[in-house]
Amino acid sequence: MKAFQFSRADSAAGAVRSVAANPRAMFLGGGTNLVDLMKLGVERPDELVDITRLPFDRVHLDADGTVRIGANVRNSDLAAHPAVRTGLPVLSQALLAGASGQLRNMATVGGNLLQRTRCVYFQDVTKPCNKRRPGSGCPARTGQHRNLAVLGGSETCIATHPSDMAVALAALGAQVAVTGPDGDRGIPLEELHRLPGELPDQDTTLRHGELITGVAVPALPFAERSAYRKVRDRASYAFAVASVAAALDVHDGLVRDVRLAFGAVAPKPWRAHIAEDALRGRPATAAGFRAAVEAELAAAVALRDNGFKIPLISNITVGLLQDLAGARS
Amino acid sequence: MSVTATRAVGSALGRIEGPAKVTGAAKYAGEQDDIQDVAYVWPVQSTIAKGRIRHIDDAPIRDRPQVLAVLTPDNAPHLQPLADAELAVLQTRNVAYRGQIVAAVVAQTLETAREAAEQLQIEYDEEAHDVELTQDHQSLYKPEHVNPSFPTDTEQGEVDHALATAAFSVDHTYETPALHNNPMEPHATLAIWHGDELTLYDSNQGAYSVQQTLAQLFDLDPAAVHVMSQHVGGGFGSKGTARVNAVLAAMSARLVRRPVKLALHRHHQFAVVGYRTPTIQRIKLGADADGRLTAISHDVVEQTSTLMEFAEQTAIATRIMYAAPNRRTTHRLARLDMPTPRWMRAPGECPGMYALESAMDELAIECDLDPLELRIRNEPARDPESGKPWSSRSLVECLRDGADRFGWAGRDPRPAVRYDGSWLVGTGVAASTYPAYAGPATAAARAERDGTFVVRITASDIGTGARTALTQIAADALRVGTDVVRVDIGDSAFGQANIAGGSMGTASWGWAVTKACTELREEVGRHGEIPVDGIEVHADTSAEIEARTGYKFQGFGAQFAEARVNVDTGEVRVPRLLGVFGVGRVINSRTARSQLIGGMTMGLSMALHEEGVLDPAFGDYVNHDLAEYHVASCADVTDIAAHWVDEQDDHVNPMGSKGIGEIGIVGTAAAVANAVHHATGVRVRDLPIRLDKLLGRLPTRTG
Repeated sequence: MKAFQFSRADSAAGAVRSVAANPRAMFLGGGTNLVDLMKLGVERPDELVDITRLPFDRVHLDADGTVRIGANVRNSDLAAHPAVRTGLPVLSQALLAGASGQLRNMATVGGNLLQRTRCVYFQDVTKPCNKRRPGSGCPARTGQHRNLAVLGGSETCIATHPSDMAVALAALGAQVAVTGPDGDRGIPLEELHRLPGELPDQDTTLRHGELITGVAVPALPFAERSAYRKVRDRASYAFAVASVAAALDVHDGLVRDVRLAFGAVAPKPWRAHIAEDALRGRPATAAGFRAAVEAELAAAVALRDNGFKIPLISNITVGLLQDLAGARS
Repeated sequence: MSVTATRAVGSALGRIEGPAKVTGAAKYAGEQDDIQDVAYVWPVQSTIAKGRIRHIDDAPIRDRPQVLAVLTPDNAPHLQPLADAELAVLQTRNVAYRGQIVAAVVAQTLETAREAAEQLQIEYDEEAHDVELTQDHQSLYKPEHVNPSFPTDTEQGEVDHALATAAFSVDHTYETPALHNNPMEPHATLAIWHGDELTLYDSNQGAYSVQQTLAQLFDLDPAAVHVMSQHVGGGFGSKGTARVNAVLAAMSARLVRRPVKLALHRHHQFAVVGYRTPTIQRIKLGADADGRLTAISHDVVEQTSTLMEFAEQTAIATRIMYAAPNRRTTHRLARLDMPTPRWMRAPGECPGMYALESAMDELAIECDLDPLELRIRNEPARDPESGKPWSSRSLVECLRDGADRFGWAGRDPRPAVRYDGSWLVGTGVAASTYPAYAGPATAAARAERDGTFVVRITASDIGTGARTALTQIAADALRVGTDVVRVDIGDSAFGQANIAGGSMGTASWGWAVTKACTELREEVGRHGEIPVDGIEVHADTSAEIEARTGYKFQGFGAQFAEARVNVDTGEVRVPRLLGVFGVGRVINSRTARSQLIGGMTMGLSMALHEEGVLDPAFGDYVNHDLAEYHVASCADVTDIAAHWVDEQDDHVNPMGSKGIGEIGIVGTAAAVANAVHHATGVRVRDLPIRLDKLLGRLPTRTG
């Protein structure tokens, strides 16, 4: 591991100043991904600014129903919070489906959003990877890509975003609060992560020195009826091969409203707008659910070994929507 | 052979070193914190699969603060060549596989060594590599023998004719992937030189074997090499003999003239310590109208490296499992630009029985027989291979007892008809087997004047409970309680003993301990009173092992699995796994159960999860960490049970015991695969049974 400077921030402004001043400085949250990547040589910061003592460690329920989540709230604490458990079960379930108890106790909300892909080529500095070393090539296209993207990838990169939590937040239409050298701003979670295009090294739309301070989930009463379904290669402690976050509001047999996002199939949490639009106002039937999901997946592109994700995401989405509609026990 | 009267043997004595382990007081090889002035070495691995090092530029790192040495093939100490060519660390500029150690950096801190090693610039002359095993690979050849010294091929009768005229037959090819041992404790060594004397704290399965090997490599008298391995956190075969960690640590310590520590990174473990070869196995079975086997044919294709030969004995269990007049087994190896495969828990039996026991299930369906009944009908009275009588064989009892416990009776043989919501449910059975080997060993037993006893033997406790089992055996042979017996192990100074491998540790060491303790008891009896300096006797079981002939010594078992497969996703769950084993007398019921369910868990993991994923472009296993190489998690193992039948064996050894370290992993994957077939009607013939191999082949849900 490369030697680095370490400091502990006592204010957000100070943290931003320190990182903004050094192009090779990074913020350190729970460290469950960054420290691993530093050991692997994938991340090689000169300086780490520990932001875990900053006062972004609360979950607050506003009078209008908005749930404000501090960026330093640990994943375990967020999953257990009563407002989340009862009002946003999809978020609680997604958090608990991720990692292990020990990791969830360390991992923060901000860090979870900014974790990097688990693509084996990205993590191995002895191999090419356009995300790690732009222009070096992508061995995954012809190599090991069973768990890589079928939606939103580009010729340069087909990495998937590994977060479960972010998939739930995408479905819930969350807003990310950021502070930076140019002041505060809000970013819709859907626009925090970007598709690789020609710039696969840039995972997010954050500028250097910008710090996530929190996430706001707007009031969504029907999210009380929401759920997360994750499929993985073993029963616990594995990244998803496909996941879906959904909230469904059915009235008189018709879909009044719906939120839908897919995980582990794209370089970012994949909000399924096409499917949502196809569902609203239509009968809440298995056939309707299937048709809507297939419309969303029409753009999916399979490589040699990851095509199974397309029927898989379709099946689990239809199943989850049926469960939420009360159509199957 | 008489069996020692038992008191401690058979009890559930807790691990003697248990409290030391859970409190952290037990020191593993990399934890000798009382050794001062330790330096650290970090290996540099090749990034090509085949070729030659053209140039190593250490200028950017050699003068860094804290860097003590950069080892390369140009300056590494010369080693004596051995048959184990993997141990010729840094002796050539040639590269035989990606991940081979091509340099190393020694530094005052681990972090400095690692960072400098990653900055080392190496240029290669790269050659085209060949890393993919195929059934008809152009380099296939017939090895002289298979591990360790079994015939490569066997043939009796007219196999092809019998198959052609069989009433029922199956002919299928089964594949198993590369599997990686992944003990919890990585391979680790602390090496210390005093002049020409070498001391190693080393994580291994046999301190005596490591002592002999290091002495040969460094051209030393074995007495000048002292290997200590008090506690070892698993090996599963990958620490069966000295590995590169011991060699590189010793080389480095000699060069920098201070103690050097090396604990391999998990990434290293996927290249330099061995793994189970992938296998491609074609099985043909023929049976008559009553389901009696007329022909068994098992052809194995697997890999070795270009450095040396390792020939997994994959078909040997097929030679002894079932009666059939016409039988053939073959093994062929491809020499690939890959690391050398080595032993992994039940080498041979484990992949081989996956194939055979899957084929038996397929034959049972062809014959319309219960798979239990098919096995019972083909039970051989003697070893079909050698014609020798069994010292004991309880397969049929295990099958019947297991069927009762599992609730097998009344099983509907039809596949893909049992739904529980979105889940298809099925059950499967397979047989297990593992030889009951024993090897010669020496032991010393000592009576102290204060009424206590000390036994010394170069046994290894790699987490199995060997220290505890040997204490029970010693106490019974001495006819005293375990509380007055101390068994010291894991020290090459105690003399020759075989490794913890081949499930023969307890049998071999227990034999020597029994002999030493029995003689000591008689000696003490003759003395009447124990003198001030105690009484010590030494035993060697070479003659007894030599005389151990006339029978086939083999353990058997039966495993039952319930599988649930989600029709929407192909997810597989195994809510129940039950094994019943005939393994002679069980020395310690607690640690034995742990060994058996541990093996079964690893078998479940093999069935559903484990796979070294090869990238042919690079020539390495790309999923080289425990996040990507999945082993079963606790949530995958819900209801698992191991039982044993009461098997008395007066021939196998003085304890009447058979090894239990490996039999648990044998057959599990077939039981699971058979259950998955029963659940879904889909036969997956290449492990692991991942959801993407099932999805799209599952029945459409009607319920």
